[in-house]
Amino acid sequence: MSSMTRDIPDENGFFGASPNNGDGNQQQHGYGGRYVAETLMPLIAEIEAAYDEARADPAFQSRLQELQRDYVGRATPLYFAERLTEHFGGARIYLKREDLNHTGAHKINNALGQGLLAQRMGRKRLIAETGAGMHGVAVATVAARLGLPCVIYMGATDIERQQPNVQRMHLLGAEIVPVHSGTATLKDAMNEALRDWVAHVDDTFYIIGTVAGPAPYPRMVRDFQSVIGVETREQLLATQGRLPDTLVACVGGGSNAMGLFHAFLDDDVAMVGVEAAGEGLESGRHAASINGGAPGILHGNRTYLLQDDHGQILDAHSISAGLDYPGVGPEHAYLHDSGRASYVAVTDDEALEAVGLCCRLEGILPALESAHALHHAGRLAAAQGPDQVIVVCLSGRGDKDMDTITRHLMPEEAES
Amino acid sequence: MSATPLNTETLNTETLNTDSRLARRFAALREENRAALVTYVMAGDPDLEQSRQLLERLPQAGADIIELGMPFSDPMADGVAIQRAGDRALANGQTLALTLDMVRDFRERDADTPIVLMGYLNPIQRFGEDRFLQAAADAGVDGLILVDLPPEHGVALTAKARDLGLARIPLVAPTTPPERLPALLAQGDGFVYRIAFNGVTGSQRLDIAASLGDSIGELRQQISLPVAVGFGVRDGDTAAAVARIADAVVVGSALVERLAEDGVESALALVEALAEAIQAAR
Ligand SMILES: Cc1ncc(COP(=O)(O)O)c(C=O)c1O
Repeated sequence: MSSMTRDIPDENGFFGASPNNGDGNQQQHGYGGRYVAETLMPLIAEIEAAYDEARADPAFQSRLQELQRDYVGRATPLYFAERLTEHFGGARIYLKREDLNHTGAHKINNALGQGLLAQRMGRKRLIAETGAGMHGVAVATVAARLGLPCVIYMGATDIERQQPNVQRMHLLGAEIVPVHSGTATLKDAMNEALRDWVAHVDDTFYIIGTVAGPAPYPRMVRDFQSVIGVETREQLLATQGRLPDTLVACVGGGSNAMGLFHAFLDDDVAMVGVEAAGEGLESGRHAASINGGAPGILHGNRTYLLQDDHGQILDAHSISAGLDYPGVGPEHAYLHDSGRASYVAVTDDEALEAVGLCCRLEGILPALESAHALHHAGRLAAAQGPDQVIVVCLSGRGDKDMDTITRHLMPEEAES
Repeated sequence: MSATPLNTETLNTETLNTDSRLARRFAALREENRAALVTYVMAGDPDLEQSRQLLERLPQAGADIIELGMPFSDPMADGVAIQRAGDRALANGQTLALTLDMVRDFRERDADTPIVLMGYLNPIQRFGEDRFLQAAADAGVDGLILVDLPPEHGVALTAKARDLGLARIPLVAPTTPPERLPALLAQGDGFVYRIAFNGVTGSQRLDIAASLGDSIGELRQQISLPVAVGFGVRDGDTAAAVARIADAVVVGSALVERLAEDGVESALALVEALAEAIQAAR
C-alpha cells in the first residue's frame, strides 16, 4: 500500500507541507501536527512508536482481525438498496452496513484497535470523549472486554439528548463524567479528556474517537477504520466486478468517511464528505467546519474550524450529536484543499427526511449522522444514470436517536 | 514513522537577548539573593477596567514579572480557575488587540517590569502571526509562553520573535525526557518555566518533594537561563519553599481565584503576602 496520497502524513504528522519547511509561515502550511502541551509530547511520541511497532506485528494484526470477526461481527455487508435506488430513479445505491457492527456503529473498529494498543503498552486505564455516545459505548464495551476501567467524558447537553447511550455505558461499567464547561458538548468533552490525560500520563491511554487530535491519532484512527473501505472494495469487486463511481459519508470528525475513502484514494473514484448544515449554513447554526469555517489550531491539530474573527472557537449546531463538533480531521482538510474529495452540507430537516425514507423503503433505521450522507446520496443518485454506483457509509443505527426522531417526525406521538 | 530529531539549526543563537528587561530583572534579583515573584493574571478578567487597575498595581504589591493570559475559548492545559477567568474576559469582550493595548498603557508608566504573554496559538494565528509579533514587541511585551506550540513546530516563530527581541519561554514538564531538553532550550530565552507536576493549572496543591529540587538541579546543569517553577503554588509557605530551589515562583490560579472571589484589593493583598514570604525565604 504505497502511494503519494496514502503514505501521508509526514513524520511531524502533517498532511501537506510542514510549517518548518519553506518560509515557515504557519498560516500556509499543511494540516495536522502535534500542537499540545509539553507534558503530553513525550507520551505522544511513545504512542506513535508503539503503534508503528504494533502495526508491523503480525500477532497484533491477527488478534485484531480475530476480534473484528468474532466480536464485532465483521465483515459488514455491502447491501444493494434496491428500493432507495428505485425511489431516486438513477444511480445504484449501496449501503456499507456499519450499523450492523456490535454496538451499532463504526466507532467500535477504532475503539478495539486502540484498546488493544493500550493493553499492549501496559496501560491500566482508558479514557475517551463522546458526543452521540456511540464512541463512548464502543470504548466502554472494549474496556469491559479487556478488563480495564474506563472514564468517559460527555458534555452535559449531550448526556441529556443521548440518554439510552448513557445508560448503556453505565451498564457496561464505565464512569461517565458530565462536562459543563464551554458549550457542554463534544469539543468540551475533548478538552476535559485532554486535561485528565495530562494529569494521568503514567497509566492512562486516551482513545480519541475520530480522525482528529495530535499526531499520530489522525493516522492511527484512519488505519483502524480503513477496514470499511478495504471490505467495500473487495465486496463490490466480487459481486459487480467493478469499483464504485462515488463514495458518500457523513463527516463529524470524519472517521467513518476516512475509513471508507482511504482504500480508494489512488483510484478513479469520487469522494464526498457530508457535513452537518444544521439550520442552514447561512443561519450560522451549523457544524460544517470545511464549508463554513477557516483553518486554525484546536485539540492538537491544525485543521478547518468554526471560529470567530478573533480565533475563538464557536459552538457547532447539529440535530445529530455525533456531528456536533467545530472541527474536522486534518486529512479531510488536506483532501479538500487538494481537490481529491469534495465536501457538501446537509441540514437537520433534510437528514430527518432521509431517516423517514430509509425506514419506510428499506426497513433500516439509520443514525441521524448517517442520514446526512443518505440524503446527499439521494440527491446525487437522482442526477445520475443506472450505470453509476454510489456507496454510502451507513455509519450507525438510529435507535439512540428515537427521542429526537419521534419529536420531529411524529410530534403527536412524542406528546402522548 | 516516528518523530524525527528536532531541527533547530535554523535558529540564530547570536541574537539571544542578554540585555533584555527580563535579563536585567533577574540580574538585579540575583544581587539581592531573592527569587522572583511571577504573577499570572488573565487579561480582561473580570473586565477590562478592573484588569487594567490590577495590572498597574501588581509591581507595587511585589510582582517582579507579570504573566498576562490571553483568553482562549478552549484552554486545554488549564484548570477550572483559569478557564473561568478566560470565559469572564471573553464574555466582557476581551480581544488580543485590547490585551496589547493594556501592555502598551502599562509600559508608559512602568519601563522595568517584564511582561510575558501566555496563551494558545489559534487567536494569534487568526490575528496574524507576524502582525502579532510586531505589535507585541511594539507594545513592550518581553516574552511569550505558547502552551500549544512545541519546539517541533516552533522554529520559524521563535526565529521571528527573537529578531524582535521577544523571548520564547520554554515549558519543561516532569515528563520531558533529558534528550528533549537541547531542542527545547535551543528555542528558549528569558527563563525556563518548569511545570511542577503533571496536570492542568490549579488542579492540585504543590507538594515540594525532594525530587523537584533534584530535577531543577539537573536542569541547571544544562542551561544558564533562570528557572521558574509554577503550577500549584497557593500560599506563602509553598512560595518560600519554591523560592529556595528556583529562581522564580509563578502564582496563577490562586491569584485568579482570589480576584474572582474577593476583588482587586484582596488579590493585591495576596501578592503582598507571597512577596513577603519569598523575601524571607533565603
Ligand atoms: C453513527 C455515527 N456516525 C458518524 C459519527 C461522526 O463521527 P465521524 O465523522 O468520526 O465518523 C458518529 C459520531 O458519534 C456516529 O455515532
